[in-house]
Amino acid sequence: MTRFAISAAYMAVLYAFIFLPVAVLVLFSFQDGRFPIPPFQGFTLKWHLEVLSDEELMVALRNSLLVAFGSSALALALGFLAARGLATSELPLARTIRAALTAPLSVSYLVIGLGLLASLNLAGVGLSLWTVAIGHVVINAPLCFAICTAAIGPAQQQAERAARDLGAGEWAVMRFVTAPMIMPALVAAFLLSVTFSWDEFIIAFLLSRFDVTLPVEIWSLLRSGLNPKTNAVGSLVFLISALAFLAFELSARRR
Amino acid sequence: MSLRIEDRERRRAWALLAPAVLWTAVFFLLPFAIMAAMSLWQKTDDGIERTWSLVNYMTLFGNPTYIEALFNSLEITLIVTLLSILLAYPLAWIIAEEVPERYRRLALVLAVVPFWTSYIVRSYAWSLVLAKQGVLNTALEGIGLPTLDISNSRAAIVLGFTHFFTMLLTLTIYASLTQLPPNLRRAAADLGAGPWATFRHVILPLTAPGIAVGAFLSFALCIGDYVTPQILGGGNDLALPQLIMLQLGRRADLPMVAALSIVLMAVVTLAYLVVARFMKVAR
Repeated sequence: MTRFAISAAYMAVLYAFIFLPVAVLVLFSFQDGRFPIPPFQGFTLKWHLEVLSDEELMVALRNSLLVAFGSSALALALGFLAARGLATSELPLARTIRAALTAPLSVSYLVIGLGLLASLNLAGVGLSLWTVAIGHVVINAPLCFAICTAAIGPAQQQAERAARDLGAGEWAVMRFVTAPMIMPALVAAFLLSVTFSWDEFIIAFLLSRFDVTLPVEIWSLLRSGLNPKTNAVGSLVFLISALAFLAFELSARRR
Repeated sequence: MSLRIEDRERRRAWALLAPAVLWTAVFFLLPFAIMAAMSLWQKTDDGIERTWSLVNYMTLFGNPTYIEALFNSLEITLIVTLLSILLAYPLAWIIAEEVPERYRRLALVLAVVPFWTSYIVRSYAWSLVLAKQGVLNTALEGIGLPTLDISNSRAAIVLGFTHFFTMLLTLTIYASLTQLPPNLRRAAADLGAGPWATFRHVILPLTAPGIAVGAFLSFALCIGDYVTPQILGGGNDLALPQLIMLQLGRRADLPMVAALSIVLMAVVTLAYLVVARFMKVAR
């Protein structure tokens, strides 16, 4: 009984710690006053409406979604093809290739962003949403590759071989055999990439200039100090990420 | 005949691999090589001079500001990693061992929900909590305790980081706890080990890989983060990424930025080498 009480108390304290900032963020986004700090002066939707009618924030939101879905689609394509390439035949350099493809996972986003910035600078390429998307493919393709590799097993390979024996071309094998068989993994990889890109700040900050993504826009909002409007946009971002995560959970559960 | 089929399979495998390999080479390996080269060049008044020397590294290691930033980063990162392990292990344990199986998944998902707040927003939210008249101090005053003035300080940075990495480590430690074979514990008990001895000699070594993976991830993500120290630290003693961004923003000194990035990567690699031997289960 005492042991149960201690466990329950510990859990309660840690959950409180984990949820405290989110709770404060969301609660004070409804603050009817100028500062998002106690006392809570009453409930208003003013700040949320202000966010929704803020042109710059909405453009940044659209940019973020564009970059997130575009870069994730490309990252998934690269990762899926590479995973199949390494699974179908025994290549001499397989280990080296696998290490090179997953290497970006172990390097700080800051360093990846700076490396790309230095290179683009040297090559004389201007910064835009395209360069941000390139950076996001660099960080998400290894993730998609790893998830797809884990999902492709002997069962898939046998089915692929059978399809080929029956005369299916390479494209048909991929389209009608492999992809449907590992669909849950593909969905999971895509959604995970979308949430990572959606939330990513430092690469987007370093590699964008005039068109920016939402985290970069929020960053410039932070300079105005504590403000219920920042709470409102933060709550909105949290809501969208949480929905994506929920979709990911559900797709993982069906597996 | 069989050779020809194998050849064809190989050619197909290369075709499938080509896009990803090319992408990685052009946008990851090449930039890294360029950065390494650039760290050996120098910034001059009218651009970058491409003469090879170690002058950036010499400036870096000879300048107390840089050394201090490096040590600030190391100190914060080590404290955060250790604190997060200490907080996360019991939580992972309780979820894996004491929460009824029906609610386990829910308990785990709940423990990582704030993971999905944007990480800029998360740091901002902590600055709200810790503000002079923020929620924390209002609560402390309410119960008659002295208030804490830790906004814009190293304590705030550590708290913000620890919050995030406690969630991360709960996941990795939970994963390794659920892979423990249950009969090992029974065997230890049958052989006369008490709960503490069982934990110390059976469970802890078997969950060491989970701790090691999580600890390395925390270390790498923490030491490379610019946002949390920038928002919560109030610009007092700078962390390494803040210094890098300063060099970039104020001085546009790309060669020095490159040298600092290489140092940052070297530190992470070193940490990996230290931790790597714990990542596999000791037998």
